[in-house]
Amino acid sequence: MTGQVLERETFGHLFAELNKMGFTLIGPTVRDKTIVYDELHSVDELPIGWTDEQDGGSYRLRRRDDEALFGYVVGSQSWKKYLFPPRSVLFEIGKVGDALTFSEPERSSQPRAFIGVRACELAAIKIQDQVFLGSGHVDRTYQHNREEIFTVAVNCAVAGGTCFCVSMETGPECNAGYDLVVTEVIDEGIHEFVIEAGSDAGQKVLAALPGRPAVDEDQAHVAAIVADTAAHMGRTLNTSSVREVLYAGRESTHWDDVAEVCLACTNCTLVCPTCFCSTTEDVASLDGSTATRSRRWDSCFSLEFSALHGSPVRSSTKARYRQWMTHKLAGWQDQFGSSGCVGCGRCITWCPVGIDITKTTAAIRADSEVLG
Amino acid sequence: MTDRPKLAVWKFASCDGCQLSLLDCEDELLDVVGAIDLAYFPEATRDEIEGPYDLSLVEGSVTTPHDAARIHEVRGVSKAVVTIGACATAGGVQSLKNWANVDDFISIVYAEPDYIDSLETSTPISDHIDVDYELRGCPINKYQLLEVVAAFLQKRTPNISAHSVCVDCKLRGTACVMVGQGMPCLGPVTHAGCGALCPAYNRGCYGCYGPAETVNMASLGSWWQDLGVADDDLVRALRTFNGYAPEFREASEVYEH
Repeated sequence: MTGQVLERETFGHLFAELNKMGFTLIGPTVRDKTIVYDELHSVDELPIGWTDEQDGGSYRLRRRDDEALFGYVVGSQSWKKYLFPPRSVLFEIGKVGDALTFSEPERSSQPRAFIGVRACELAAIKIQDQVFLGSGHVDRTYQHNREEIFTVAVNCAVAGGTCFCVSMETGPECNAGYDLVVTEVIDEGIHEFVIEAGSDAGQKVLAALPGRPAVDEDQAHVAAIVADTAAHMGRTLNTSSVREVLYAGRESTHWDDVAEVCLACTNCTLVCPTCFCSTTEDVASLDGSTATRSRRWDSCFSLEFSALHGSPVRSSTKARYRQWMTHKLAGWQDQFGSSGCVGCGRCITWCPVGIDITKTTAAIRADSEVLG
Repeated sequence: MTDRPKLAVWKFASCDGCQLSLLDCEDELLDVVGAIDLAYFPEATRDEIEGPYDLSLVEGSVTTPHDAARIHEVRGVSKAVVTIGACATAGGVQSLKNWANVDDFISIVYAEPDYIDSLETSTPISDHIDVDYELRGCPINKYQLLEVVAAFLQKRTPNISAHSVCVDCKLRGTACVMVGQGMPCLGPVTHAGCGALCPAYNRGCYGCYGPAETVNMASLGSWWQDLGVADDDLVRALRTFNGYAPEFREASEVYEH
C-alpha cells in the first residue's frame, strides 16, 4: 500500500479524522514525571519534546533538543489496562427470599483509537489475544474490550536503555496488527510523519488525510530509522534454546542470588504487558442481599496466588521468581506456542531494585552450560 | 434486645482514630446498625448492653499494668476478637518507648510522675491474648473494617490481601515513585490496605499498614542507601507507625549504630 506523508502542522488531522469517526483517542501523555496512557483530546497532549532514560530500577524523563511527538519508548503502563483492566465486575448476585438472581454487567459500545502503539506492544496484544481468545476458552471481558479498536502504531525512532525487542524478534518495526503505522521523521528542518495503512479501515482514514504520497526517499528514511533503533538496543537476551536452558537450570544457585535481591513486590508482573494472572473477589452487602464477584490483577509473586488447601505452594521468593521467569520464557512456549516475553524492558526498569531478566537468563545459561 | 449480633468496641493505648472509622462510615452506618447492635461503643453511645459480645473490635496497644489485665477481661466476654490499627496489631507509634528508658520520658513529660504507672513496653494485643483477626493500618481503612464486619456476620474470610502496596499502585495506575522519581518508598515491603494513597500524591509510602506478607528490607534498604538515605533515616522510616512489628523491628535494628 502507498503511504502518505503528513507535515507536523497537519498531523492533527489524524486525530480530528478519528474523532469524527466516533473514536475516543487514547495515547501517551506526561503525568507525575512519567509517560502514561490516557484519553487524548489533541496532539498537544502528547509528550512533545520528551524522552525517557531507562535502566534497571530507574526511569527519568528528559527534554529532547527537538519537539518530537514520539521520541520516547514505553512507560510503566501498557495497553493491558484497557483490554484486561485491573479490576472488572464478572457478575452480580441478588437475593430475594431464597431465590438468587445472577446478572452480568452491561457491556456498552466503546470505539477507541489507540495512538502510539509500539511494535513490542503489538506483539504483547497478540500474545494476550492468544491467552484470552485463542486457547479454547473465550474471556468475554477481554473479547468485549478488544472490539472496536483502531490501532495507530508507531515505529520506534529511539531505543530505550532496557529495550531488547530485537532479541525477542518483536520490533522495533511494526509489521502487523495495526490499522495505521506512523514513522516520525525529524531531519535538518524536516518534521514529518510517514503513515502507512495495515487494514482497510486504516486505508480509509489515510485517504482522508491531507498528505502527499510517500516516495522511495520516505521509505528509505523509515528503513534507516528502524535500522538505527535496532542497532541501539539497551539489552540483549540470547533466546537460543532458552526453554531447554531454563528447564535444565532449575536447580541453579543463581535463583538464590536473585531471591536475595527480589522484593516479591509484584511490580515486574503488573507492568508486564503479557502477564495475565488474576484473582476473584466476592464482596457482599452487610445484610447479605447482594454480592458482586470481581476480577482483579494478581501476581505469581503474591503468597495468596499459589495458596492451596490453606498454604502457598510457592512460599519462598526463590520459587516465585523462578516460576515467573521460567513460565515467561520457557513454559509459555509449551502453553501458548510462543515466548511470553516481548522485550519491552518494563520488568527491568520498573523493578524497584533493578532485577534484570536478561542478566538472570544469561547467568542461568552460564550455569546450565557448566552443569551440562 | 434483638437477635442481632452484639458488637463491642474497646479502647487501649491509642488515638481513637481507628474506632472512629466505624462512625466515618456515613453512607453505610444505617446498614451497620441494621445488621448489628452497637452493644458497647462509648464513642458512639452511652447506652451499654451487657456482654457477652459476638464481636469485639479492640483498638490500641497494651502500655499499663491495668490494660494488661483488662485485655483478658475483654477476651473473656468476647466470642471473636478483631484488633484494629497499628497500635493494636503492632504496638503503634508509642512502641518507640520500647527502645528507650521509660523513666526518662516520664521525668521529662509529667509534672507529677508519681501518678504514672506505665509498662516498659507498648505491645500488640496478640502478645497478650488470642486474636481472631488483625486489621492493619494507621488508621485502618473504613471499607476494610466494613468488610471484616460483613465477613464476620457472613462467617467467611475477609477479602483483605497481605500483598505489597505496589499492587495497589498498579491497580490505580500510579507509576512507581521510587523508579520514576527516585523517592524512597516503603511500598514494596508494606502491607496494602490504604489503596496506595501516598504514591498517588507523589510521595513515598510511609509504611502505615506495617509489613507485607514478604519483607526483604535488606534489599530495599540497600537501594534506599543508593538513593542517598542515611541509616538514621532508615531507622526512623521503619519505626514510625509499625516499628515494633517483628519484620520492621528487626530491619530497623540492622541500621541502628
